[in-house]
Amino acid sequence: MSILVIAEHDNSELKPSTLNTVAAAKEIGGDIAVLVAGSNCGGVAEAAAKIEGVSKVIKCDDAALEHGLAENLAKVIVELAGDYSHILAPASTYGKNFLPRAAALLDVQQISDISAVESADTFTRPIYGGQAFATVKSSDAKKLITVRATGFDAAPAEGGSASITDHAFSGASDKAKFVSLEESKSDRPDLTSAGIVVSGGRGLGSGEEYRKLIEPLADKLGAAVGASRAAVDAGYVPNDYQVGQTGKVVAPDLYMAIGISGAIQHLAGMKDSKVIVAINKDEDAPIFQVADYGLVADLFTAVPELMEKL
Amino acid sequence: MKILVPIKRVVDYNVKVRAKSDGSDVDIANVKMSVNPFDEIAVEEAVRLKEAGKATEIIVLTIGPEKAQEQLRTAMAIGADRGIHVVTDERVEPLGVAKALKHFVEKESPDLILMGKQAIDGDYNQTGQMLSALLDWPQATFASKVELDGSSAKVTREIDGGLETIEITLPGIITTDLRLNEPRYAKLPDIMKAKKKQLDSFTPDDIGVDFGTRLEIIKVNDPPVRQGGIKVASVDELVDKLKNEAKVL
Repeated sequence: MSILVIAEHDNSELKPSTLNTVAAAKEIGGDIAVLVAGSNCGGVAEAAAKIEGVSKVIKCDDAALEHGLAENLAKVIVELAGDYSHILAPASTYGKNFLPRAAALLDVQQISDISAVESADTFTRPIYGGQAFATVKSSDAKKLITVRATGFDAAPAEGGSASITDHAFSGASDKAKFVSLEESKSDRPDLTSAGIVVSGGRGLGSGEEYRKLIEPLADKLGAAVGASRAAVDAGYVPNDYQVGQTGKVVAPDLYMAIGISGAIQHLAGMKDSKVIVAINKDEDAPIFQVADYGLVADLFTAVPELMEKL
Repeated sequence: MKILVPIKRVVDYNVKVRAKSDGSDVDIANVKMSVNPFDEIAVEEAVRLKEAGKATEIIVLTIGPEKAQEQLRTAMAIGADRGIHVVTDERVEPLGVAKALKHFVEKESPDLILMGKQAIDGDYNQTGQMLSALLDWPQATFASKVELDGSSAKVTREIDGGLETIEITLPGIITTDLRLNEPRYAKLPDIMKAKKKQLDSFTPDDIGVDFGTRLEIIKVNDPPVRQGGIKVASVDELVDKLKNEAKVL
């Protein structure tokens, strides 16, 4: 078998989700090639060549690929598809955007968001927002798959020495064009790949309290910050802080849920964390059913005390 | 401008779903069904475009069992003008759905397709992208803001790490994310009016599309249950446990 992994990157940095996707490719087994499609992305291609287990990197460097428009990326994937039995991309907003487009062009029914590899044609994936898991077997000759990063431990970023070859791009779409990007700026680690996540919920009462309590605690721990959907809906924090079924799925070593009751929708996004801590004044809050360490306390006194004692 | 809005009948988002004991599928007998929430947002956006004088006709389309007519009526109560129903009890997958949608796009020639980014049952997040590939139309997925300007659309997309704005030419496809709008509740007179709106039904044979599935369901399980741990009595005990027992600090 030969597997093509589509690297996620921003033309200067390889995103960690690529390493999880390579790990899924290793479980399928076979030769692993990585496609780095972008603009001035030579540094990313070199980083991809160092990933352990990767035998070949294909660099497709063209100005039309700078912003990862689906129309152009799908075209590159279809051009390369002939050589591969499996094509994998991270199940991030990056991979989810272009891989189904490539799949339709190849007449393949894509398998989305796999969390486990059972065999070369059988995979497990969450359905109903993680309320159930389906194991499905694909009858397509070629498999196109998006990979849930939290389901696979990252492949080592060092240790490989793959060759880098070039693939020329032509025929950019004139139907879609990039206009602008408004990045959510943060000096904190990325929510989906952080080792520690501190999340706040409705119990905080306001965005002001979120910034006064959650952010300093996160900074003290070197953690990323997250929030429940209730806190997002109440306007405390922007939508991209949201952890849960309709937000981000995280699985850090330590997840601290502060003032979060633990709705099913939130649990779907964090229950694979290694250690879960919950601080909530309601001792019946469902979050305590999944927490390894629960503290029934008023967060407005417990969080400052925790800050002091860490 | 004509807008096509494909919608899906799904288990209501408030229902707790469980796997059947034989592991063949999820158990959805006798549970509340609704319009897929992302699709409802797409219907609302289309209706707002019509109210703003930018669209002239909104067609809603669904593929599903006889009862999916309820969801078409809901969409027409929100403001869609007419409905198309491909009646089938079979399980369908995104690629087959995209092929069926292509059939109706060629027949109806809409200028814009607005649809949910994913259905909350299968969670595939594929159909819009696949349909735009089959039509060779541009796509703007995960939209949180849509501005139409004659022959193009400027769309703000919710991506990991921020908001990206792209511009696509029309005809094109936009898939909706949660924050695009808040769908209205249909008023009783509109619900009554919706019952009289035109609804055309088709069988899969009528449209000549093969819904044959490519993914065989081997089993469906409940997720592993996470065991709750202990309650600690104080912040001191919490810090001690995290440092010395869990060793995560």
